[in-house]
Amino acid sequence: MTTTATEHLLTAEGITVRFGGLTALDGVGLRVRPDGVTGLIGPNGAGKTTLFNVLSGILRPSAGTLTWKGGPPPGRRPHHLARAGIARTFQGLHLFPLMTVLDNVVAGADRLARGGPLSLVTGLGRHHRDERELRARALAALERFGVADTAHRLPGTLPYGVQKQVALARACVCDPELLLLDEPAGGLSGGQVDELAAQIRSLARDTAVVLVEHHMDLVMRVCDHIVVLDFGRVISAGTPDEVRADPAVTRAYLGTAGEGDAR
Amino acid sequence: MDHFVDLTLGGLASGAVYAALALSLVIIYQATRLVNFAQPALALVAVYTAATVAPLTGSYWLGFAAALTAGTAAGALVERFVVRPIARVSRLNGIIVTLGLLLVAQGGVGMVWGNDQHGFRYAFDFVGRPSPADVFALASVAAVAVLLFCLYRHTPLGLRMRAAALHPEAARLSGVRAGLMLTAGWAISALIASLAGMLAGPPFISPNVFDAVFVYGITAAVVGGLDNPFGAVVGGLLVGLGMSYVSGYAGPELATLTALALVVLVLSVRPDGILSRPAARKV
Repeated sequence: MTTTATEHLLTAEGITVRFGGLTALDGVGLRVRPDGVTGLIGPNGAGKTTLFNVLSGILRPSAGTLTWKGGPPPGRRPHHLARAGIARTFQGLHLFPLMTVLDNVVAGADRLARGGPLSLVTGLGRHHRDERELRARALAALERFGVADTAHRLPGTLPYGVQKQVALARACVCDPELLLLDEPAGGLSGGQVDELAAQIRSLARDTAVVLVEHHMDLVMRVCDHIVVLDFGRVISAGTPDEVRADPAVTRAYLGTAGEGDAR
Repeated sequence: MDHFVDLTLGGLASGAVYAALALSLVIIYQATRLVNFAQPALALVAVYTAATVAPLTGSYWLGFAAALTAGTAAGALVERFVVRPIARVSRLNGIIVTLGLLLVAQGGVGMVWGNDQHGFRYAFDFVGRPSPADVFALASVAAVAVLLFCLYRHTPLGLRMRAAALHPEAARLSGVRAGLMLTAGWAISALIASLAGMLAGPPFISPNVFDAVFVYGITAAVVGGLDNPFGAVVGGLLVGLGMSYVSGYAGPELATLTALALVVLVLSVRPDGILSRPAARKV
């Protein structure tokens, strides 16, 4: 599979992140096509979430470049990247605790609001139309993930699996071009993981998805391409079958005789 | 009975001022977990602006508008250029900086306008029960509380401000300009503190005029719960009424003691404020 750089929605090259003396990412490269699911896997501490934090603007890399749609990103801060079309979920969900589920999802649609400062304050004019539209979108997103009946409840009162669906709805409501999913299967039952797999494949029809996940069965089922990180470096990349057959990946996960204690 | 009514009306009027100050503290605390000790400094900026503009223009209301504008702008600038860069490193440093700002403002006002008391004209008469001044205080604070509720609950800005306060990182990643929302929160808080200053300042102002009022404002915020805007209003009215009754029936010298006793009592029995729900304890 060969693709040119301009075909890629997002390209990360030579991304290096250092925390003091610790190098969390060491020259990592990642290419994300405008559709399909890219899996990002690796043992704990491999640098997966750190790379997500770079891609979503939370962390600035010590070195390396990001390219968005063939050019420089429209800004380096999280809200710049979010407005450009990069959405993300978190391991810890990070829902807004004292806001209803519907308000949580409306807040996620901020990049689609068009009103000026005055209508933002008063809720009148352009923003009034925007808000009506955003609320309708938010409800549609909740329906898509099967949790519309929780729209007026607080997230903390809902079961964990439902909160995960709300977090997904919040990330998807703004029609992102790139969706970063950070361990979406964590804490879900077998049936819920099956449902999640179908949802991810459905999302990937019109959105690029990058998936960080420890649930290998899910990764192998939904990903078109997988990148494996270990100790902040890319140790393997390819299709699920290629990665599964790569001895470097087996070593990273299982270790080899004599190095088990070191891991 | 008349005495009781007088004390109640007086307590409600002063309680409205404490409620406004408490509300302004709660807005900042909810967004940043900082207790802003610079709040009286913003009120000082407001009243001294009014004391300068009103005589120049001959209009109390132009002075009033200038006071609220100056106080609001000062709040936004303080957040953006002083508190945010410091609080980002350490919240405790941020709190200490707000204390420093109060001292700087009091010193600065003393240098420019002098440390003596200045007469401060007021648009309303203090005579009568309820006096026009009492009615204005209660009505303006009630209006602010209602507007604030509408802003937070029913406007796009309020939704974004709540999101930024509850989870700044998630808000940013949803495209919300969390920093701007923070500045907006401080500006609104400073606007309310400026209003409280304009109500509490007259008939005389000096650089330390808000020291005691601020203590009662903090008392109100603690009584109602630093995390609860509705509690701040209730706390302010309770503190105002409590101090008024104690002052009227037992002697004014016990009023301050009442406020402090109230803080000790609330912190001992319900540390999160009288309107808080019992929280689950993590073990």
